Parts: sequence; C-alpha cells; structure tokens
Amino acid sequence: MAIAIRAEGLAKSFNGTAAVRNLDLEVKPGELLALLGPSGSGKTTFLRLVAGLESPTAGRILFDNEDATILSVRDRRVGFVFQHYALFRHLNVAENIAYGLRVRPRATRPADAEIRRRVADLLELVQLAGLGKRFPTQLSGGQRQRVALARALAVEPRVLLLDEPFGALDAKVRRDLRRWLREIHDRTGHTTLFVTHDQEEALELADRVAIFNLGNVEQVGTPDEILDHPATAFVAGFVGEAVRLPVNAAGSSLQIGPHQLRLSCGNVTGPAELFVRPRDLALANDPQPAIPARVLAVRRTGPARRAELALADGLPPVEMELPAGHAARKGDILPVTLVNLRLFASR
Amino acid sequence: MSDAAHNDWAPRTTPRRTQWFLKPSALPGFGITFGFAVTYLSLIVLIPLAVLVARASELGLDGIWQVATTPRVLAALQVSFFISVAAALVNALFGTIVAWVLVHYEFPGKRLLDAAVDLPFALPTAVAGIALAALYATNGWIGALFAPWDIKIAFTPLGILVALIFIGLPFVVRTVQPVLQDLDREVEEASATLGATRTQTVVRVVLPALTPALLTGVALAFARAVGEYGSVIFIAGNMPFVSEIAPLLIVTKLEEFDYAGAAAIATVMLGISFVTLLAINALQAFSRRRFGHA
Repeated sequence: MAIAIRAEGLAKSFNGTAAVRNLDLEVKPGELLALLGPSGSGKTTFLRLVAGLESPTAGRILFDNEDATILSVRDRRVGFVFQHYALFRHLNVAENIAYGLRVRPRATRPADAEIRRRVADLLELVQLAGLGKRFPTQLSGGQRQRVALARALAVEPRVLLLDEPFGALDAKVRRDLRRWLREIHDRTGHTTLFVTHDQEEALELADRVAIFNLGNVEQVGTPDEILDHPATAFVAGFVGEAVRLPVNAAGSSLQIGPHQLRLSCGNVTGPAELFVRPRDLALANDPQPAIPARVLAVRRTGPARRAELALADGLPPVEMELPAGHAARKGDILPVTLVNLRLFASR
Repeated sequence: MSDAAHNDWAPRTTPRRTQWFLKPSALPGFGITFGFAVTYLSLIVLIPLAVLVARASELGLDGIWQVATTPRVLAALQVSFFISVAAALVNALFGTIVAWVLVHYEFPGKRLLDAAVDLPFALPTAVAGIALAALYATNGWIGALFAPWDIKIAFTPLGILVALIFIGLPFVVRTVQPVLQDLDREVEEASATLGATRTQTVVRVVLPALTPALLTGVALAFARAVGEYGSVIFIAGNMPFVSEIAPLLIVTKLEEFDYAGAAAIATVMLGISFVTLLAINALQAFSRRRFGHA
C-alpha cells in the first residue's frame, strides 16, 4: 500500500509545553482524512508541521517516502486553507487565485494566457465564475473560503491541508460547503487532511478520522470503526454524545450502582468505565435482564424523543431514545437494558 | 430607503431645512456636536488663517506675487519644500524599518527603543537643534566621521535634512507600527505556502497593506517638516540662497516690522502645503480603495 504522507515520531513543543508528542500517522494517497479532537489536542499543530509552517522538535515527515522535514514551506507544495481565509485583501479574486502561479520563478511560470485559463477553470470549479473582479471584502464568508480553496488548488499541491475551514461560518453554510468539499475532493482526488472539532462534520465528510488527544493520535479509522468500535476510553467518551458511568465488571455480570446486570463483560474485570449513548439503551422485554430507571424528563431532539433517565442515585443521568408513540412521562419507572456494551477498564 | 419612510422615523427636532446637506443618521445630537466642532475649529484654525490671508491681502495679489518671487524668497521656499519632501521620503524608508523591527523581533532594550522613538515629539526643538549641530559639526562625533571625505553636514542644507528627518521620524513609525502589528500573520503564511519567497511576500503582500498608513505617516512628517523652525535654525547655518528656510525668512520680516511681507510668504507656504497635503490625501484615498481598506 502506497503512503502519501507519513509522520514518524513527530514531536513539537512550544516553550517547553508539548503540543504534539511522539506521533505516528500514515495518510493514504487520495484519501480525505479528518483530524478530530478537543481544542489543544495538537491537531492544528500537526497540520502546521505537515505544511512546514512549524518545524518539529523531533521526528520527521515523509511525502511519498521522501523526507520533507528538510524542505521549506515553499518547496513542500502544499495547499493550505486557513480558518479565517487569509485572502490578500488588496488583490481581487482572480489575482488571489493566480498568486501562487505568478510568484513562480520565470522558468516554471506559466504564460499569462495559461494563468488566465487556469484561474477561469478554478473559478468554475468553486462555483464563483463571473466574480473574478470582486475584492474579498465584497464576498460572503462562504464565498471567501471557496476562493481560498481555489487559491490553494491553483498551485497543484501534493496535499491539501484545511485548518477548520468551516469554523467561522454559520451552520447552514457549513453543511452546504461540507457536501461541496466532498464533491470537489471526489473530482480532483487530492490527498486531503482537514482539522475540525466538529465530530458530525468529521464523521460525515471523511474517509478516515484520526482522533487526537493530548498531542497524540488515539485511533485512526473509518467513521464506522470510530463510532462502533472505539479503541480507547477517550474515543468512546469523545464521539457520539456518550455518558461515562463508573461501573464494576465481574465476568458475567456488570454492577451499575446498586444494580446487577447479567451480561458478559468480555475480558474486562474490576473497576471500569461504561460509555452509554442514547441508542445503547432500550426498553427491556420481560425475560431480559433489566435495570429499573426513573424518568427525569422527556425531550424532543429532532425527529426522535429522548428520555433522560436516572439509573441510580449518584450516577450521572443518561439518555435513551424512546420508541415512537411510547407514553413515558416524568417520574415513571422503566425497565431498561444495554444493547451495546462499550466498556473499558479504569486506568 | 425612500424619503417618506425616513421622515416618519426621524426625530421631530430635526429641522427640515437642514436636510439638504444632512444625511439621515440614527445618532442624535448632530446639532450640538456639529456646532461645537465648527466653533472650535473656527477659533483655533480657520479665523487665524483667515487673518493671515487678510493681512497678506493688504499687499494685493500683485504685492503677494512680488514678495513671493523675489529670488531670496523663492530660494527659501525651495529649500523648505524640497528638503521637507526628501526628509519625509527618507523617513518613509527608515521609519518603516524601525517599525518592522519593533513589531517583529524581541530583543533586550526593545521597550527603551520603542520609547525613544517618541523623543523628537517631546524634546524642545531648539534643544534638538543644538544637539544635532554639535554632533554633526566637522569637529562633532558624527561630523568628524564624514570630515575626511570633505562632507560637511551641519551648517549646510544636509544639516537641515538631518534635523527634519529627526523631527519627522515618530510620525512614520507611529502610523505604520499599529498596522504592521495588526497585519494577519496567516496572510504571510498563506503567501509562503503558495510558493512565494520571503522577499515576494514582503513586496506583494505586506507593503501593499501598509501603503495607506505609510502615506499618512509621510504626510504628517512632511507637514511637520515644512513648519519646523526651532531645530533647523541652529543647524542650518542660515545662508541666504543656500540654507535659509522660509519660516526663518518670515521671522526676519517680522523683526523688520514688515508684517504684510511676512504674511505674504506665510500665505504662499499655506497654499503650497495645502495643495501637497491634498495630493497625498487623494493618493491615500486611491490606495485605500485599491488595497481594500474601504
């Protein structure tokens, strides 16, 4: 399997504070990889290390098995898209897009007519045909970000790096641009890394997702793998609105507060953490092992109804999706069971 | 918005007859603030200037022309304006470099250097003139360095240039510095990722963003230099036709009780300064539009 970008033992610290520590990551050619994590988890620093905007304290970065660590920013041929666009305000849209071609040394610079043709093509690609003469201040946020993307694509980058590209836009525009970015990616096939703290965005858009925590990668996998088989307690807690419950595992039964639930705990024993998402709980039918849960509130979230449940005193409340037409009310006691088990031994 | 819609909404106190020059504004208090601004400006600026012109007009247009075109006055005006322009341009270059260093690098004594930039504002100009004259005289510390090449600085037009650079420096630094500070680092990084060299980034991205502020600084430095008197007379040598500035000539006329003649030279200076500043302002407005600061 070919590798487009490989990070080996990459580390970066700022004034003694480690932002990225001993990080290994492989990016496949042509894939769209999302870097997801809480703020301060090192994902943006990693992206800037790949771009060459920061130099690593240790480790190296390979592009196509060739050491890129020694290359300067301008020799790496990356397309970088910034959260706040970073467009050149004194240049119009067409001049912004042409910038990367115009600054090339004379020997490799395309002819004027060729540059104009490429700019026109890119304007078409980002659906801004006819706006080439506008200045960035005359565009909306979504349009500006599309100009930034066209400008990055103009230099035919080996890899496209996007730093929270939709972070400064409102929800509706974000959703539209997300689909549109996926289409552009499918059409142009650039290896793309994009940083986001919005898990919905990452899980919907990316081929694979790398979950960042404390300067390292916790798990890399497809959205399905990340959601269904979280590799670590952090991943289980970070994705999919999970609630963390302290429990006690004993082989064939699980103790949640005062309740014992008969089920196989796999190879986890002793104090453990259970991660519960709204879909992991269900109403129990009679023969199934069940916990009596008290309904604290019933809420409407989008198309579904959810009940907020107290499994036991002292435990944080969990949410459960209710079947359509179920008449649960505040104060009811419902028998609930676990459909999915996400259990990690306490560290 | 239609006029009718506006009238429904406008406060009743807005006099109807002011509407031909007053654009509708949601901010109340136009009457009192505008009145104050005009009164204040009149007392401090407009009336004194009007008196100046009135005084000069005692000579009539012919008279002013005659005073202004005597060879000695022409020479002095030339010295004043050419050296002021030169000083402003020198400051544009070196003031920008000083601002660049103060914004981009950390070094011991940076705060001190930053504070020192303001000294020309604070120092009595006569003190500055005497200090500069002493330093740049052929037997002074700096003047002695140039003496072997037979370059005399103090008591020549070069001395005037040094004094005008000195007093103009803070204007350029203080107008460019905040803009440089606010300049988005990401824009420079974007330029680098697109393959630009550092020089290309500075020339194509940073300088265009600085242009409007730089023009403001140059205009201020120029205006200050044209009117400078205190420091220049100590270092200039004040030789008629060579190193005599127009403000000195005005003072000379005053000492001879030729008030009208003094006012005539002053009026000509006023006119030239006004036209120059107008030109710089127009350039600035153009660059603001061009560089997207509108």
